Order: sequence, then C-alpha cells, then structure tokens
Amino acid sequence: MLEIKNLHVKLEDEDKQILKGVDLSLEAGKVHAIMGPNGSGKSTLSYVLSGKDGYEVTDGSAHLQGEDVLDMEPEERAAAGLFLAFQYPVEIPGVGNMTFLRTAVNAQRKARGEDELSAGDFLKVVREKAKTLKIDAEMLKRPVNVGFSGGEKKRNEILQMAMLEPKMCILDETDSGLDVDAMKLVSEGVNALRDAGRTFLVITHYQRLLDHIKPDVVHIMANGRIVKTGGPELALEVEQNGYADILAEEVA
Amino acid sequence: MGLPDIKTNLTDARLAAQPVPQSGAWLAAARDDALARLRAMGLPTKRDEYWKYTDPSTLTEAVAQSAGVFDAADEAPLYDGIDRLKLVFVDGVFDADASDDMALEGVAIERLADAGAADIHWAKDLYGVLEAKGQSPVERPLAALNSAMATDGVLIHVTGTPSKPICLIYRHADATSDATLHHVIKVDAGAEVTVLENGPAAARFNKCMEVDVADTGVFHHIRAQGRDHERRAVTHIFGRLGKESVFKSFTMTANGVLTRNEVVLELTGDDAQASVAGACMGDGAFHHDDTVFITHDAVNCESRQVFKKVLRNGAVGVFQGKILVQPDAQKTDGYQISQSLLLDDDSQFLAKPELEIYADDVACSHGSTSGAINEEALFYLRSRGVEKGTAEDLLVLSFLAEAIEEIESDEISEDILARLEAWLMRRRG
Repeated sequence: MLEIKNLHVKLEDEDKQILKGVDLSLEAGKVHAIMGPNGSGKSTLSYVLSGKDGYEVTDGSAHLQGEDVLDMEPEERAAAGLFLAFQYPVEIPGVGNMTFLRTAVNAQRKARGEDELSAGDFLKVVREKAKTLKIDAEMLKRPVNVGFSGGEKKRNEILQMAMLEPKMCILDETDSGLDVDAMKLVSEGVNALRDAGRTFLVITHYQRLLDHIKPDVVHIMANGRIVKTGGPELALEVEQNGYADILAEEVA
Repeated sequence: MGLPDIKTNLTDARLAAQPVPQSGAWLAAARDDALARLRAMGLPTKRDEYWKYTDPSTLTEAVAQSAGVFDAADEAPLYDGIDRLKLVFVDGVFDADASDDMALEGVAIERLADAGAADIHWAKDLYGVLEAKGQSPVERPLAALNSAMATDGVLIHVTGTPSKPICLIYRHADATSDATLHHVIKVDAGAEVTVLENGPAAARFNKCMEVDVADTGVFHHIRAQGRDHERRAVTHIFGRLGKESVFKSFTMTANGVLTRNEVVLELTGDDAQASVAGACMGDGAFHHDDTVFITHDAVNCESRQVFKKVLRNGAVGVFQGKILVQPDAQKTDGYQISQSLLLDDDSQFLAKPELEIYADDVACSHGSTSGAINEEALFYLRSRGVEKGTAEDLLVLSFLAEAIEEIESDEISEDILARLEAWLMRRRG
C-alpha cells in the first residue's frame, strides 16, 4: 500500500534534519503502529506524508499504490486515498461540520471522476456513520470543531475518515486527550473500518491505544529512524521497560 | 474663527452646481437649517482628522465623476425569494411604475417629494433633526449637505408590524447621475419593521437615513451595496433608540471604488440593544470605509459593532469605530470588533477603534486584527481533499461569518451568504 524508502526530511526554515532515513513497507489490510519517544519524528512523518508546508524532503521516496505522493498537493493525496487524523484538529468557525464533510466528500469524488453525492444520499450516510460514533445532529450542525471537547474532536476525525473511506489512514496520536470511554468509542470507529483493502498507520505514545486497535506490526522510531520492528509484543515491552533498553540496543 | 477659504470655496462650488429643491414650509425650514449647518462646517477635505484614511474629494467636488452603468444580469436580484414591498428609485428618483403600491397594514409610506409639499408633517420632528444631533461631537458635513439637497426619499411611519419587509431598490441608468436621497423612518412603541436596501443607485450617491425607534420598537435593516464597481457613495444612518428598543443594521459590500458608510446611534432609553455589522469584499481599486459612532446615554444597554473586510489586489479597508459611554450609562455592555483578511501584501486595513467611557460600571471590549488566511486551517481542509481555491473560499466565508450572524432572519442571511459565495466564485473564474 505505502512504501517509504530512505526518507530524509528537514525543516524548510532551519537547518534541522528530522527524518534521517525512514524505511517502512505497509501492506494492504494491515495495521502498523509507530511508537517512540518525544521528538523522534513521528508527527513529522505524518505531516510530510500528508503534504504539510514547512518541510523539505532531502532524500528518499514515498509511494502510495505505486504513485509518488511526495510530488502531490495535499488534496491530491487525499483523493489518492491518504488520510491523516490530526493530533490537534483545527477549529473552523462559520463553516458547518456538515457543509465541510459534504464539500470534502464531493471534492474527492469529483477528483476521482465520480458523481457527486446528492444532498439526500449524503445525509443518509452521514447520519448512520455519525450514530455509531455517538455524534448527534447538533454536533453535525455546529461549526467544524468549534467548542468541541477533546473527545468530540477525535470522534469527528474518525467520522471524516469513515465518510471519506481512505485506503491509507494515518492516525497521529489519536489517543491524546481522550478518556477511557472516548478511547473505546474512537477505537471501535477505527476497527469498524479495518478492511483487507485498507491500511492503518497508528502513531502513539502509549500501548493503551493498541489494546483497542490491535496492530499487526509495531515499529519503534527514534532520532528520525525506525530502530526496531516487531509484533504486538514490542509495544508491551515498551510499556514495561520504556525506550531506554531498545535505544541502548540500537547504539550498541 | 472663520472657515478656511478652501472649505468655503469647495462648499460654494458644490452648492452652486445644484439648486436647493423647492418644498413646503416644514421641509423648506429644515433645508434652510441644514444649509446653515453645512455652511458653518464646510465640506470635508483630506486634511480633516475624520477623513484621514478616506479622501472625500470625489464626494465633495461640484460635478460627479461618471460611472459605467452596471448590469447584474448574471444573477437574480437580491431578496428575490422574499415577499417584500418594493420601492424603486432610478438614479435617485422614485419610480412609481416600477414600485409596488405603498399601502401596507401597520405602516404608512410616503414619498419625501410629496410629503415635503405639505405645510405640516410628522417627519418635521425627525428630518434633519437626528442628523443635526449627530453633528456633535464629530462633524458630518456630507450629511448636512444631504438634508439640504435631498430631492427624494421615503418617509416610513411604522405603527404596527407589517407583514413583509420594505425593500428600497436602487437602479443606476445614467452614467453621470448624482443622486441624493433622504429617508426617515419612525418606528412607534411596540412596532416592528424590516427595511432592505439593494442595487446600484447612481454614479455618485449621497444617502441619509434617519431612524427613530420608540420604546420597545424593533428596527431591522439589511443593506447590500455593490457590484457596480465605479460608483462613489457616502451614506449616513442616524438612529435614536428608546427604552427596550432594538436596532440592527447589517451591510454587505462587494466592489466599489469609494464607499463611506457612517452610522451614528444614540441609545437614549434603558435596556436598548443596537447592532451594526458589515461584511465587505474588495478586489483591486476598492476603498471601503465604515465609520461608526455609538453613544450610550441610558442604563443597561447593549451595543455591538462587528465589521469584517476581505481585501485583495491592493484593496483598502477603513474602520473608525467609537463607543461613547456617558456618565449615567451604567451597566453598558459594548462590543466592538473590526477585522480584515488580507489576501496579499498589497492590500491595506486602517483601523481606529475608540472607547470613551465616563461611567464606572460598564463592560466594553474592542479588538481589531488583520491577518492572512490561516495556514493550519487551509492545510486541514486540503488534507480532506478540498481543492486549494475552494478551501480558501470556505475560510473567507468562515472569516465573515461572525458579521453575517448578526442578521436576525435566516432567510436573508442565507441570501447574503449566497451572494458572497457567488462573488468568490466569479473571482476564481
């Protein structure tokens, strides 16, 4: 699904290298998790993949189903099937959540040469998906993320994901700011989307989220590189011993 | 202290270019008073503090510059879906054939040109009176000029709650027209009315509206200016608010080489509420000035000023807004926000927010900002597949939303929103 090779990234405005050769091969239908200490480059990886300004790719590549995503505009990446669930979803006053969702869904359909959804069809689908995430009509009407609690914002991200049906979903610390119940709700939303044709990259600090969203592969990222890859047991090891052992191993 | 020669000459030249209209006793007296006020003040020049950011020369010069007649055939008239009583003015002259019958339950409407011929009229207590009051502490000579020279307009006496809004529609037919209109609106106690305005009025347009809202009366005003890019317009609204009354005025402006909208309100009765809001979008040779002066003269009143300007390609936006709280106006709640969204480095926003407070138990806040499109929000929208241009448009509408939300009627605000969207779409091509 997503092939990342030797990815080197620096900040555009300063001479600071953040990613120093990331290699990742994410197969269709799998859930990969990335864990790692603060400042290891996890969020940068998610931003670079989704096309945020301010980063410069100095070497390496990233291909989504054979297409070079690093060459695309953010909206083209979205139309190609990439989705980033933000760690800090942005508030947009004055734009209704529903209007936003419909604009996004139809923009992607248009980019892919599909017909736009009618207002009626859209409404039916969004209501159904919102219900499973316990997002009520009031929340759909409110301006995008304005006045939403931390949990509501994250649920709203998952609703967008459910509506856009991306192939490659990147979740950037989706568990941050969530209480236990909200985490369960969000995880159920994610699990409902697991599919043989869909890949997840779950970025998190904590093993806790991975109790709910069970990963197939766990990577440890440190200092701009993937330093260790393993099964779900790797996450448990981190939870018990911290990163120190793994990092020491790497240096040795 | 005499008036500087430059002002005397400017005023003389302007008055000489146009005869004072003839009328009956009460209006003739009001015109004489206005003329005396004007001569004492003189027309404004760019050196006046109040005109520091807006050059008034094309508004004061003897002969108006011509402006191409604008054809908005590509979109349906504004408020088209709303049942309304239409009063049409072509180049500043009432067009009875194009207008609806003025009879409507709860309101008495007369043409200024007709009412002015009478010997006595209710409008005598308002015409030029609120304007004269609004000349202090800041002079507004172009409003006095209007009271002296206005040839037409409507006098609306609201005694009940008319079933539909009254819509003043302006049409511009002659490229050299120089129109002066003066409307007077009197809302009785407990009465309620909505007044709509739209359409290009003339090459040069000087409009004055005096609004007296009695105790518990409600006045809604929604105005759309624009698309006739070459026009020059100066407008004044003078409002007096009685006890527990409501006054809400919203203006949308798109295009226009020069627009100066002044709103001067005095809250004279306790528990009154005032809102003055504006959303404007300018591209290129665009200069838009909102000048607002709200005086709190009673207890527990609320006033809001919400102005948003989207500017690009060298467009200029001006905001001069003041809240004056008199010593007895305790428990005043005053809010003022003026913001601009600058879509490039060439555009300018000039703001002068002012608070002057003499009471000690009040809550007043004001803020003024100018900035570019929020990059975080732009990326967020684009990451969901929304194309960059569309995402920018959504963020422009998001920016304007707070001003549009001041409109009470959903039906009207949706109509206004659709116009703004259409304007953005045209710009994108």
